[in-house]
Amino acid sequence: LSTEAQVHTVEHVHRDDEGSRLGMWLFLFTELILFGGMFLIYSVYRYTHPADFHIAAQELNRIIGTFNTAILLTSSLTMALSIAAIQRNKIRLSIFLQFLTVLLALFFLVNKYFEWSNEIHHGFYPNSETLLNESSGKILFFGLYYVMTGLHGLHVVVGFVMISVMMRFTSKGIITHDNFVKLENTGLYWHLVDIIWIFLFPLFYLIT
Amino acid sequence: MCMAVQAVAIDSNGHEPSYLKHKGKYSGIKGWVFSTDHKRIGILYLISIMTFFAVGVTLGFLMRLELIAPGRTIMGPQTYNEMFTIHGVIMIFMVVVPLIPAVLGNFFLPILVGAKDVAFPRINLLSWYLYIIGGALVLISIFLPGGPADTGWTFYIPYSVRTGTNVIFALFAAFVLGFSSILTGLNFITTVHRLRAPGMKWFKMPLSVWALYSTAWVQVLATPIIGITLLLVAIERIFHVGIFDPAMGGDPVLYQHLFWIYSHPAVYIMILPAMGVVTEIIPVFSHRTIFGYKFIAFSSIAIALFGSLVWAHHMFTAGMSDTGEFVFSLLTMLVAIPSAIKVFNWIATLYKGSIELGPPLLYALAFIFLFAIGGLTGVMQGVISIDMQVHDTSFIVGHFHYVMFGGTGFGFFAGLHYWFPKMFGKMYNKKLAKVAFWILLIGFNLLYFPMLIMGWLGMPRRYYDYLPQFHPYHLASTICSWVLIVGLILMFTNFIKAFRKGTTVTERNIWGGETLEWQIETPPIHENFVKIPIIEERPYQYKDNELLADKQEVI
Repeated sequence: LSTEAQVHTVEHVHRDDEGSRLGMWLFLFTELILFGGMFLIYSVYRYTHPADFHIAAQELNRIIGTFNTAILLTSSLTMALSIAAIQRNKIRLSIFLQFLTVLLALFFLVNKYFEWSNEIHHGFYPNSETLLNESSGKILFFGLYYVMTGLHGLHVVVGFVMISVMMRFTSKGIITHDNFVKLENTGLYWHLVDIIWIFLFPLFYLIT
Repeated sequence: MCMAVQAVAIDSNGHEPSYLKHKGKYSGIKGWVFSTDHKRIGILYLISIMTFFAVGVTLGFLMRLELIAPGRTIMGPQTYNEMFTIHGVIMIFMVVVPLIPAVLGNFFLPILVGAKDVAFPRINLLSWYLYIIGGALVLISIFLPGGPADTGWTFYIPYSVRTGTNVIFALFAAFVLGFSSILTGLNFITTVHRLRAPGMKWFKMPLSVWALYSTAWVQVLATPIIGITLLLVAIERIFHVGIFDPAMGGDPVLYQHLFWIYSHPAVYIMILPAMGVVTEIIPVFSHRTIFGYKFIAFSSIAIALFGSLVWAHHMFTAGMSDTGEFVFSLLTMLVAIPSAIKVFNWIATLYKGSIELGPPLLYALAFIFLFAIGGLTGVMQGVISIDMQVHDTSFIVGHFHYVMFGGTGFGFFAGLHYWFPKMFGKMYNKKLAKVAFWILLIGFNLLYFPMLIMGWLGMPRRYYDYLPQFHPYHLASTICSWVLIVGLILMFTNFIKAFRKGTTVTERNIWGGETLEWQIETPPIHENFVKIPIIEERPYQYKDNELLADKQEVI
C-alpha cells in the first residue's frame, strides 16, 4: 500500500522498445544457429573432402561474388544511415536511404539469378548428369552451395519485403523520430543477412 | 502472519468480468481464435493438444493391441511402422514438447511474474496458429496417397530419403511445430526479463518461472538445429541435392548428430516445466517453505546446460571415437546430479511438513516416483556397455515413456488438478480424481515396466512381431494399456463434468498457495491484475506453519 508510487513504471507496457529489441536479438540467435547447422555440415565435409572442395570452388564466378559482397556491405551502410536519419527527424532522407537499401537488395538478387543460371548452364545443378559423374566431394560442395546461398537469398527476399513495409510505415508516420524500434529491428535483421553473406563468400568463392 | 505479496486495492471498482466472459473486439468463437489474451491462448492450446493427445493414445492403443499375441493380429508390418511413426511425431512434437509451456506456461507465467500478458501477445497467437498448421500437415500426411511416413519419428537417413511414403509432410510439420515452439520460448524469455512486477527480483520469482525460463532458452537455442536439419532432408528428397545421402557422398551419422543436438535437449524442454509444476505444488500441500530455493533454481539452469551437451549418447552404437564415447557418457551421468538435487529438495520440503494428500500432490508424488525410475534407467543407458546391450530394445521404449509420460504427463496432470479451479472457476470431484489417479498409476506401471524387463531380455523395439518367449510380458502390457486408458477417460470425464456443472469456485486461494495467481480473482479478469502488485518477499513463505514458527529456513 505504501509503495503505490512505483507502479507507474510498468503500467504502460504497451510500448517497450527494450523488450522489442530483446525479442529481435533472440530471434537473430535462432537464425544464427539455423545457419550454424549448415556451417557445421560445411566444415565436416570440407574436412573430409578438402581437395574436391578446392577444385569445385574454381567453378564459381568470383567476380559476381565480389560484386555482391560490395553491394550487401553498402546496403548495410544505407540501412544504418536511414536509422540515423530518422533519429534526426529527417523523414524524407530516411525513406530515400531505405529505398536505396531495397534497390541494392534487388541488385544482389539479380546478380544471384545470373550467377545461378550460369552454373546451371554449365550443368552444375543438383542431380544433373554432369554433377553426378563428378567426385562425391564436388556433389556435396554444390549441394551446400545451392542450399546455403539459396536460403540466404530467401532471407534477402524477406529483408526486401520488410524494408519495403518499413518505407510505407515511415511515410505514413507510424515510424517517427521518437518511435523507430520497428525500423531498428529491421535494420538488425538486415545486418544479420549481411553478416551471413560475409561468411558464405570466402567459404565458397575464395578457397581455391 | 504475513503474506508474500501485497496486492493493492483489487475491489476498488466493483466486479470486472472474468477472462472467460470478457468482451473484446470479437465475440463467440472469434473472440477465442483471434484473442491475444495469454489465458485464452492457453485454453486454445489445452483443447488442441488434448485432441492430438487422444489421437496419439489411440495409435498407441492399437499398437499394443497388435502386440497382444505373436504374429499378425490386427495389422501388418507396414501399418505398424506407420503407426509408431505418427504416434511418435504427434506425441513428441505436438503433445509433450508444447504441453506444459504452451498450456500452463501461457496461462500462468505472466500471472506468476505479475504481468498483464506476455511480452508479444500477437506472436503468442501466431505460435498457436503455427501449431495448428503443423498438426494439419501431420493429418494430411496420413490421408494422402503414399501413406503416412514409416521412418520412425527420428527420420533417419538414408531410409527417409528412399521411402515412398509422405515423409515430406511429416518433416514440414515438425519444422513448423519447431517454429511455434521457438516463438513461445522467445516470448517467455522476454516476458521474464521485461515484465516482472516491481520488486520481483530474480530470486523472488516462483520456481516454475525459473523452470520455464530455462526451458525457453533451450527452445530458442536448440530448435533451429532440428529445423534446418529436417528442412535439409526435405530439400534432399525434393531436389535430390546431395547432403546426407551416402549415395551422393553424404554422411548419415552427421545427420544423426544434428538430429540429436536438438532432440536430446528436447527431452529437457519436456521435463523441466514438469519439474517446475511439481515444485509449485509440493510446498503448498505440505504447508512448508520450499527447501533449497536457490538449489532448485540453479539446478534448472544446470539441467538445461548439461542436457544440451549429451546428445551423442543416442549414438553409442553408430560409430564414434573412444574419447567421444567417454565424454558423452560422463556428461550423461552428470545430468543426474541436478535432477537428483531437485528430488532431494522436494523430499526435504515434504519432511516434517503437514501434508495434505490432495489430488495435485498425489500426481506430483507419482511424478517423483515415475521420474526416478525413468531417470535411473536413463543413467543405466549412459553406461556404454549397458547401452550396447539395450540399444534399440523395448527397454528404451519403457525408459522414455517413464520420463515423458510418467514425468511430463503426470506433471501436467498434477498442474491441471492444481490450477483447474483457478482457470475455470469450477471444482472437480476430488474423490473421483483420486480413484482415477490410482487406476492411472497402476495401469501405467504395469504397461511400461514389462517393456523394461523384456527389453533387457532382448525384445527389439519397433517390431510388430516377436518370439513366443516374450508373450507373457506383451500380454500383461497390452491388458494394462486398457487400464491406463480407463484411468485417462475417468480423469478427463471428471474435468469435463466439472467444467459443465461442477461447483463454482470464487474463492481466490483454495489451496492456500503463496504465489501471485492465488491473490487474484477466480477465474482471473482479462488483465489479471486490477493493479500491478508490488513484491516484497520471496514466494513460499509459510510463516504461519507452527512446525516452522521458530526455525525459519535461511538459504
